Amino acid sequence: MTASVFEPVRLYGRYLGISIRGQMQYRASFLFQSLGQFLMTAIEFFGVWALFDRFGRMDDWTLPEVALFYGVVNVCMAIADALSTGFDKFESYVKNGDFDRVLLRPRSTVLQLAGVELALRRIGRLLQGLVILVWASAVLDMSWGPAEVALLLFAIAGGVCLFFALFVLQATLCFWTTEGLELMNTMSYGGVESAQYPLVIYGAWFRRFFTFIVPLACVCYFPIIGILGRPDPLGTPYWFQCVAPAAGGLFLLVVLQAWRFGVTRYTSTGS
Amino acid sequence: MRTAPYRALLSARYRMLLQYRAAALAGAVTQFFWGFIRIMILLAFYRSSSAEPPMAFADIVTYVWLGQALLAFLPWSHDLDLEQQIRDGDVAYELLRPLDLYAFWSMRVLATRVSSVSLRAGPIVLVAGIVLPLAGFDAWRLAPPASLEAGLLFVVAMVVAVALGCAITMLVHVSLLWTISGDGIARLMPSLVTVFSGMVIPLPLFPDWAQPLLNVLPFRALCDVPYRVYTADIPASDALAPIALGAAWTVALIFCGRQLLLRGQRALVVQGG
Repeated sequence: MTASVFEPVRLYGRYLGISIRGQMQYRASFLFQSLGQFLMTAIEFFGVWALFDRFGRMDDWTLPEVALFYGVVNVCMAIADALSTGFDKFESYVKNGDFDRVLLRPRSTVLQLAGVELALRRIGRLLQGLVILVWASAVLDMSWGPAEVALLLFAIAGGVCLFFALFVLQATLCFWTTEGLELMNTMSYGGVESAQYPLVIYGAWFRRFFTFIVPLACVCYFPIIGILGRPDPLGTPYWFQCVAPAAGGLFLLVVLQAWRFGVTRYTSTGS
Repeated sequence: MRTAPYRALLSARYRMLLQYRAAALAGAVTQFFWGFIRIMILLAFYRSSSAEPPMAFADIVTYVWLGQALLAFLPWSHDLDLEQQIRDGDVAYELLRPLDLYAFWSMRVLATRVSSVSLRAGPIVLVAGIVLPLAGFDAWRLAPPASLEAGLLFVVAMVVAVALGCAITMLVHVSLLWTISGDGIARLMPSLVTVFSGMVIPLPLFPDWAQPLLNVLPFRALCDVPYRVYTADIPASDALAPIALGAAWTVALIFCGRQLLLRGQRALVVQGG
């Protein structure tokens, strides 16, 4: 039997199929969790709305413009979050020695962990992000040509890679710390929180961190500026805004290298 | 009522949770980071505002830092061990104890909250209150209480806030007796608490029409009342009414929780196995 290059894809598809069928056994629970997450993120947006209602504007940004940032980053996070349950719960794999079993199977560790679950309940955050995105685009009366649509999809793809990479990085650290680190939340959830607003409002040190170290700005701020077609207060040219989301993919490649290195350092807890 | 068993439980659980020091330090760093994001966002709104905002920016900064330092007092999570016990039937052991179950579970909640805050508040207060001003970031600092009187009232308001937080969490725990999947109230509570207590944005920044509603809800007494008493944004002369309202809510919620627990104990079906 020749191993096809599509074999991992097929295997991943089967993992996801099993996960979806499993979750559909608890339909009420799934609906409730999705609805809960939709409400939770909706209440969060109420906070953003309240600030604009009180102050009118934020520097020279209006609510619909900020809503565009909010929508994109939440869509990215929701998709990445749904795909990365295995890495999110990786701490228990290390603690209980379950990772030994993963290592014994003749398939990629990343593929197996990514296939642990497709968390359908994240659809709550996804829907809320999409609703905000559509609303913002309608209010701003944006013209969606092929260039804009392509850039938006590119930004979302880059954003999903970036957030997925952050979850993998969090799992990678478990090889050394065993206990998962809450510290990583500053980058994943803190990243979502800060990328909901245009990057330019933050202090310089903060902007540099989220551009050059964790390239969150490259998948949210820069491409959205390009889509909005307004000049960037930070002075980046349009071509840069168009290629910036690639940084999300690069970040993922770097993190996967770190993961591979971490796997070689793994020692089982033996329990 | 004998208090010895409850005190013993409180101190045992407190000492157990104190073992997770590294996690707490990581938590403090995380919350410090969050505090910075919050302040930078609010600063962007403040510097572009033409109208007079309802709260001075220095007070807002202190409000955010207090919120981060005392975050673990908030009733936004419930006891996962307890949920597990209800799920797998071990809760039967709890029912057998010759103790008042409500008080017993409350002590668990209290110990968790106090141990968490006692590990995390120190570093945050130290950095936000002392290191930042020394490093020249005076505008970003956690200010000391506006006056001695404000400080004392703040302590009273915090006692109410902690008790109220426990009472809210106990309602969640009791609700778990009915919904085995652990959903429902438990899932909705974090959003309600963070938004209506003032953790997401300080309550005075919400629209004026929402203020009467926010003022009568119990959640305000968790953060907004103590923090604004601290900065004297609520002057000492006006502070007693909102603190008393928080205390009244606490008593009412404890009463509800006890009644529901009694009914829940009668209706409880222990999962066998």
